[in-house]
Amino acid sequence: MAEEVLLFGVWGSPFSRRVEMALKLKGIQYKYFEEDLTNKSPTLLKYNPIHKKIPVLVHNGKPIAESQVILEYIDETWKGYPIFPKDPYERANARFWAKFIDEKCLPGIFNACWGEEKQHENAVKEACELLKHLENEIGEKKYFGGEAIGFLDIVANFIGFWLGIFEEASGTKLLTREEFPKLSNWVGVFVSSSGIKENLPPARDKLIAYFRSQFGTGSTDATK
Amino acid sequence: MANSSCSDVKVLGAWPSPFVMRVRIALNIKSVKYEFLEETIGSKSQLLLQSNPVYKKIPVLIHGGKSISESLIIVQYIDEVWSSGPSILPSDPYDRAIERFWAAYVDDKFFPSMQLINTAQGEEKAAKVEQVTEGLVLLEEAFQKSSKGKAFFGGDRIGFLDIALGPMLGWLRAIDKMGGVKLLDEVKTPGLVQWVESFCADGAVKGVIPDIEKLLEILEKMKGN
Repeated sequence: MAEEVLLFGVWGSPFSRRVEMALKLKGIQYKYFEEDLTNKSPTLLKYNPIHKKIPVLVHNGKPIAESQVILEYIDETWKGYPIFPKDPYERANARFWAKFIDEKCLPGIFNACWGEEKQHENAVKEACELLKHLENEIGEKKYFGGEAIGFLDIVANFIGFWLGIFEEASGTKLLTREEFPKLSNWVGVFVSSSGIKENLPPARDKLIAYFRSQFGTGSTDATK
Repeated sequence: MANSSCSDVKVLGAWPSPFVMRVRIALNIKSVKYEFLEETIGSKSQLLLQSNPVYKKIPVLIHGGKSISESLIIVQYIDEVWSSGPSILPSDPYDRAIERFWAAYVDDKFFPSMQLINTAQGEEKAAKVEQVTEGLVLLEEAFQKSSKGKAFFGGDRIGFLDIALGPMLGWLRAIDKMGGVKLLDEVKTPGLVQWVESFCADGAVKGVIPDIEKLLEILEKMKGN
């Protein structure tokens, strides 16, 4: 049976790009469908009726939603480039930090960039505390996955690329080289790595403009 | 790695926590002996603060000196380490993805909707009841699809999604018995009503989820506060 892999995503979404990064690292052919989040397609709603969100991977007619669940599925289904470590403790560690990024870092960073102005200082302090955990976790490693890009690097694509976009769009700087030398190094290595750099969204300015239009020009905007 | 000495495996937790229950059930399925270190509600031990510095929460599994946090991550770790025991996650990648999807739903959407339903009043309670009921209807559908007529989400034996949801519904069953609400409804969610009984009666679960009377005691105490 000919294999059919479909991906429903949005060009500027880190969650959607995670799945593309994994598929490309594994060398899997897929058909991509760009969704308009203001006008979701009936197909997307059929494949993800519970959350109605992207990304959704459809493999031979079977849909899978939630980016981290999709990444696990991709690694288990297609051999070749291993995304997860082999050791159970290292796997648990990768899953722990991946959950931390999505559940704590993303909202924390968002809050620091676009939260209430009077809470801004506290929000920045909290976001930096969260980033400190990642600074400690990357340590002296080239990638979170060790010598090669792994699951946690892919999930951390938000930190690797979108954090910079958020910072530019909102005017709030969080990831400074002085405070986060190791994480800053990782960002540089990550965005220039083969398998990643080709899969980052193009049109940086367009992306910055998009986030500004969605969330405003930031908590520190003096003209507000 | 078939057997470890009891001191090799420790669980930091508190018996009423459904998240802690998940870990203990998983260890029971694998017949792994462990030391249960109960945290006192209201204070956090040095060991907890050291072994889970990021969240400072239970459960934590300590295995051979290494600590693992977050209950569903711990359950997957248990499944992978004690691989010679009965498997917790199904073997097919798609089935695994479905169970992971619904387990995430339980944690991200369903469990939060359950919060404070016991002590809520009036309109707020009605809204909470509606939300929980909607979630249960979705989970009923998932159960019918996953179980394919068998007793559990995992089929003939308890699996990952059974473990994820079981303790939550174990508590919900007690809330229903308190009266005033009927969340687990034989008409809307017949499969789940039967499933929660089977789950709580299972050998790996008995002793981890106490009898309904003991759960009622705790609920009454909470309501009294």
